[in-house]
Amino acid sequence: MPPPVPRRWLAVAAALAVGIPLHADDDIARSLKTLRAVGPEGKGNEDAGPAWKALVAKGGPALLPTLAAMKDADPAAVNWLRTAADAVAEGERTAGRKLPAGPIAGFVTDTANAPAARRQAFELLRVEDAKAADTLLASLVEDPSLELRRDAIERALKANTVSSRTMTSDPRHEQYLSLFKAARDKDQVEALAKELDGYGKRVSVTEHFGYVTHWYVVGPFDSPAGKGFATPFPPESAVDLAAKLKGKGGVDVAWKPAVTADKYATVDLNAALGKSMDAAGYALATLKADKEQPVEVRVASQNAVQIFLNGKKLFEREEYHHGERMDQHVGKGTLKAGENQLLVKVCQNNQSESWAQKWAFQARVCDATGGALPVTQVVARDSGPKVVPLGFTPAVAEGKK
Amino acid sequence: MMRSIPVVLAAFTLVPLAPAADWPQFKGPNAAGVSDEKGLPAEWGKGTNVAWAADLPARGVSCPVFVGGRVYVTASSGQRDDRLHVLAFDAATGKQLWHRQLTATGSTACHPKSCMAAPTPVADGSGVYALFATGDLAAFDADGTLRWYRSLVGDYPTVSNQVGMASSPVLVGDKLIVPLDNAGDSFLAAVDAKYGKNVWKTARPRDINWTTPLVRSVAGGGTEVLLLAPKDLTAYDADTGAKRWSYQPGGKGSIPSPTLAGDKLLLPVGGVQAVTLNDKGVVGDPSWKAGAVQTGMPSPLLYDGRVYVVNGSGVATCADAATGKVLWKERTKGAYSASPVAGDGKVYLLNETGTTTVLKAGDTYDVLATNDLGGETLATPAVADGSLFIRTDKSLYRVGAKK
Repeated sequence: MPPPVPRRWLAVAAALAVGIPLHADDDIARSLKTLRAVGPEGKGNEDAGPAWKALVAKGGPALLPTLAAMKDADPAAVNWLRTAADAVAEGERTAGRKLPAGPIAGFVTDTANAPAARRQAFELLRVEDAKAADTLLASLVEDPSLELRRDAIERALKANTVSSRTMTSDPRHEQYLSLFKAARDKDQVEALAKELDGYGKRVSVTEHFGYVTHWYVVGPFDSPAGKGFATPFPPESAVDLAAKLKGKGGVDVAWKPAVTADKYATVDLNAALGKSMDAAGYALATLKADKEQPVEVRVASQNAVQIFLNGKKLFEREEYHHGERMDQHVGKGTLKAGENQLLVKVCQNNQSESWAQKWAFQARVCDATGGALPVTQVVARDSGPKVVPLGFTPAVAEGKK
Repeated sequence: MMRSIPVVLAAFTLVPLAPAADWPQFKGPNAAGVSDEKGLPAEWGKGTNVAWAADLPARGVSCPVFVGGRVYVTASSGQRDDRLHVLAFDAATGKQLWHRQLTATGSTACHPKSCMAAPTPVADGSGVYALFATGDLAAFDADGTLRWYRSLVGDYPTVSNQVGMASSPVLVGDKLIVPLDNAGDSFLAAVDAKYGKNVWKTARPRDINWTTPLVRSVAGGGTEVLLLAPKDLTAYDADTGAKRWSYQPGGKGSIPSPTLAGDKLLLPVGGVQAVTLNDKGVVGDPSWKAGAVQTGMPSPLLYDGRVYVVNGSGVATCADAATGKVLWKERTKGAYSASPVAGDGKVYLLNETGTTTVLKAGDTYDVLATNDLGGETLATPAVADGSLFIRTDKSLYRVGAKK
């Protein structure tokens, strides 16, 4: 039999049940409003400190309203709130009071709450009622919280391994396939792809992540002492694939196709445009969406990059050869229905070290969780334009490794 | 021009130390790495001469700090290393007093050896100030109350070091000095310790750098913040952030931090070089340059008239602080990231796998003990309250007798 829920929590549970604002307590509401109002460069900190103290002093009843207030809050405000929730939970436990597992589980289940807040609530639940948390986790394989999703997939994989010991038939590949579709983290995706391969079911990691594999590239343009990063060369104002452009050293350059068969869709600009230092290059892809939708364009590169979508700059980072990691740069924008032009500018500097010779990038388009969008690439063929999925590579299509 | 050896030796021997017991920041009082504690342990191991061990929630390469009987530690976790932890422990018992978590608001890209908990926090009697490689900066009172929080990447969005930032903040009176050299909006700032607002923010070269600032009082008045970077050493007025002077040591310094002793400064550039400071900056040529005194990531230690360094491959070197003459050079076990620390006539060299070589400070290589705790140890230990506080990737240890 579960432990009785303290009376002061019942009001919170009741508020949740009928959907009224959780922070019905005026003092709590005032504190939350103050914390949500913090701004840049410490604006509002004078008031936020006392508000944080007042909120935490309210104890358990402040917990769920505080977590709920993280929804749509500024990232700075989120950290004021999450530390307050930490302190409330810690205070309740120090006082020997249990947190109410039921309302907390309800908060986790409600995907309208902020993913980070739901994750924090889940961790509280795990301490209070590990069994309930584990049961709940089983339902979160496709959760918007990447941390919850990851743990849910991990849980499913472990459960699968254990149960299979007694299986006479092995239906795991079906579950592996669904887990593969749900996975967002590279290590899990790779592990699941390998498992599926073992069943003779080949899946494309490149397609799963929504990498752009078919580009047109042009360059190099001159970028002495890095000045080309801030120089808007002609591709930034208009794209004319037939145009002859003045490149580095006054040499004519023209757009040409560049297709990558790399699993993570790396486009080597040294190979595509010729090795060049103090240089800028552009890559253009045409993406086709059936409806307007938000998009994240995620790029990895050791070079300085800019990301444009339909002529609008989404992101720029002027940093050279400090490492490359999947999804290190994220540009957020909106795809329109129909054809969209994705333009990536990649600048190379003049460092002489062997590790600084790379001039390359990879790019993918996805939703906020990192899942591939139902978007296609428009690929030019001699016979006319052809539409292929994101991540499409001829090698994979032909069944080659 | 070479200074007279007795004068230089006297200056290096009179190392000013902070109040006894506390170890409030990276490498202790003013990053010297020296404690005046007595009765420090020489031998220990799992279950031997370890007062307590406390679990840590995650990895960190930041160092533990000790103030007022509390040990503060930072850590970072998660698949994306975007969960930031600040913890306080009771130094006497090892009991965890509080644990707060932040969500990273800046990039979590870094070299695989590092992590987002790379800058060492700084503490005073009122609490602790924790900076993370993500640009998240928070001040907590000693009881865990959040005093203020800043997202420095939220404030200055182009801040970026994809190798990972690790310079540690320091305190100058009621100002927290925040070093944020990086490839974007690069700056050194002072924020007020009470509310976290900018007192000043001074632009810095757009270059990545991992050194921790030093602080010195200037005889002519005022306090200076010294910051070593790849191209130069620069002094800033701690009250205004105005640049006072700079010095080009003729080499590249961006990982180990310099060491200050009175008006003598050891610069880990091209080995180690010793310069003399007056109110206007560096006086004349270096007293000595010793290319053979090679540091890797660890910073040099100046203790009892000698300079100790250990490089990444475990070669330890001791040199005369007055002349730079190498007194001994020996290979120890393992690779090193933690800086040497000293106290009670002992020099402690902690390698990356939990093994500490304890040396008797002196002109000869005299190993008192080699102690193994296991685990990954990239952080410099804290020396306080008669003990060493060593953090591994999983635990925090108090090494020494129980209190």
